[in-house]
Amino acid sequence: MNIHEYQGKQLLKSYGAPVAEGVPVLKIEEAEAAAKSLPGPLYVVKSQIHAGGRGKGKFKELSPDAKGGVRLAKSIEEVVAFSKEMLGNTLVTKQTGPAGKQVNRLYIEDGADIDRELYLSILVDRSVGRIAFVVSTEGGMDIEAVAHDTPEKIITVAIDPTAGVTSADVAKLNQALELSGEAAKDGETLFPILYKAFVEKDMSLLEINPLIVMTSGRLRVLDAKISFDGNSLFRHPEIVELRDKSEEDDKEIEASKYDLAYVALDGNIGCMVNGAGLAMATMDIIKLYGAEPANFLDVGGGASKEKVTAAFKIITADPAVKGILVNIFGGIMKCDVIAEGVIAAVKEVGLQVPLVVRLEGTNVELGKKIINESGLNVISADDLDDAAQKIVAAVKGN
Amino acid sequence: MSILVDKNTKVLVQGLTGKTGTFHTEQALAYYGTQMVGGIHPKKGGETWTGSKGESLPIFSSVSEAKERTGANASVVYVPPAGAAEAIIEAIDAEVPLIVCITEGIPVTDMIRVKARLEKSKSRLLGPNCPGVLTPEQCKIGIMPGNIFRKGSVGVVSRSGTLTYEAVFQTSNVGLGQTTAVGIGGDPVKGTEFIDMLEMFLADDETKSIIMIGEIGGSAEEDAAQFLIDEAKKGRKKPMAGFIAGRTAPEGRTMGHAGAVISGGKGGAEDKIAAMEAAGIRVSPSPARLGTTLVEALKG
Repeated sequence: MNIHEYQGKQLLKSYGAPVAEGVPVLKIEEAEAAAKSLPGPLYVVKSQIHAGGRGKGKFKELSPDAKGGVRLAKSIEEVVAFSKEMLGNTLVTKQTGPAGKQVNRLYIEDGADIDRELYLSILVDRSVGRIAFVVSTEGGMDIEAVAHDTPEKIITVAIDPTAGVTSADVAKLNQALELSGEAAKDGETLFPILYKAFVEKDMSLLEINPLIVMTSGRLRVLDAKISFDGNSLFRHPEIVELRDKSEEDDKEIEASKYDLAYVALDGNIGCMVNGAGLAMATMDIIKLYGAEPANFLDVGGGASKEKVTAAFKIITADPAVKGILVNIFGGIMKCDVIAEGVIAAVKEVGLQVPLVVRLEGTNVELGKKIINESGLNVISADDLDDAAQKIVAAVKGN
Repeated sequence: MSILVDKNTKVLVQGLTGKTGTFHTEQALAYYGTQMVGGIHPKKGGETWTGSKGESLPIFSSVSEAKERTGANASVVYVPPAGAAEAIIEAIDAEVPLIVCITEGIPVTDMIRVKARLEKSKSRLLGPNCPGVLTPEQCKIGIMPGNIFRKGSVGVVSRSGTLTYEAVFQTSNVGLGQTTAVGIGGDPVKGTEFIDMLEMFLADDETKSIIMIGEIGGSAEEDAAQFLIDEAKKGRKKPMAGFIAGRTAPEGRTMGHAGAVISGGKGGAEDKIAAMEAAGIRVSPSPARLGTTLVEALKG
């Protein structure tokens, strides 16, 4: 689960991290008062969407040479003018895709005099099974480009979970970021704070790009991108409250109600599969035979008839779907349960597109019998190759 | 021979009294008499678990007591996510040699704690978020469907449950069968990676060939490929087929498994396929052709 920058900063501030004063704005009328509450004379107006690359992004509704999604304002009048241009418009960045994202929230922040821009993130380093800091002196830019062009400028410091952030770790981080004096002292306080926040709130990513050294010599968190481990949300109701559903796909929200793993994609063949690996493999094989999947959908290991019905309805409700492939290898999941769920869904919502069903494993004969005797126009398939070829052919109309 | 488990493996069940634990324990008992020897429940020690066909197992209040009383050398964990890490740690503390965690959805910070404990222990952990391990006609731990297995010569190791079943089913159908099939799980932080299992399969005389199934996220497949290259230089090599799921997965999205995510341009399928091919693995473009691809690899 992702949250907005301003929510992330409020969270980090509650742990004692140095962040600028700022005010979130949801309506244009609030912009002036927000700016007036800040010390000035520099302000930053920042679009709040769940995607990176905002500064270099472009608004669809504005001229191509208009400024991006993060703007420096030098007066309250400018804050208001920028807010009018940004709020409600669609920001297209490197990470949003061509459709862009509507900016429904702004964050108006006190400006800072920047000396240096650094990069700092905390993530789970899978290769060692530990939480690690990833830092670089090359902040404020696309870190993936830095990693690609100058990998030696990216330093990773993994943290021993029993010891936490040690003074040796702090020294390594300060050295990697070339911090000294006041900034190094700030680092001593900041790094353990960020680690504590990461662990206590079960984050999966905390990215600060940039972390700045101000002309005053002090550190400040200038941006904050935070994602949380979905598996930990059960013990963080305070984090769940920060969820902004307007940033999510409607179909994905619906699927999450039924505990279905669903990811919307751009193609036209809807998929319903059991198991994450097989669900990915089903997408891959559709592509292999020349078409594109409309979604990833794992109904899980022990799905009920109701869950299967809900999954099928989500797929058929997508207007882009021109054909459906159901692929089940029953282990715990029994084929007859899948068959009954599909038929119940079809009876309820109808079937306007070709449907190919491949069943294998537990109770396969019973499952096939239920499908065959249903009188529905279902194309059955012997194995996954056969199933993929049949649905691709059906969608392409030959 | 086989790896990890055989007819002498004695298995405890943590989370036996729940619905999932009960169902799969019945299935395991029915599979060639897998030696399920007891369950754990902190408040129900001394009671008896009864299955739907009248099967019964003693319940102990702790893993260490159960291990002492039964001589168990393995434990399977079905405990729900919130308590699963503590259950694994209890088994580690009791020095159970093999711990298999089926539970999906354990918080990753919990697994980081488990991993730190594991490194200083005598235990091996398979999973979490895995289907378990099965040696045909001898022992079934976990949730794999036993009826698709056939005793034979292929070692199967996979990050995905249902793709393990595909590999097993297809190698049974082409007449090869399996020595052992192991699911290592779909989480980002887990007890066992590919390398450990490949080492065991290379060392096992009855395993004549190997199927390895990976997916997007992390670099375990690349690490495994490098291991195979290094071993081949020492003259240890077996024919292998492979598959990587997630060629069409978009960057930055978690695809069902918590560990299946391409992030920061890393963990993509093409890099993994290239690394595996460079290590001499025949990587099938289709998950439906794992068995036939292995047959081709065996022809050389």
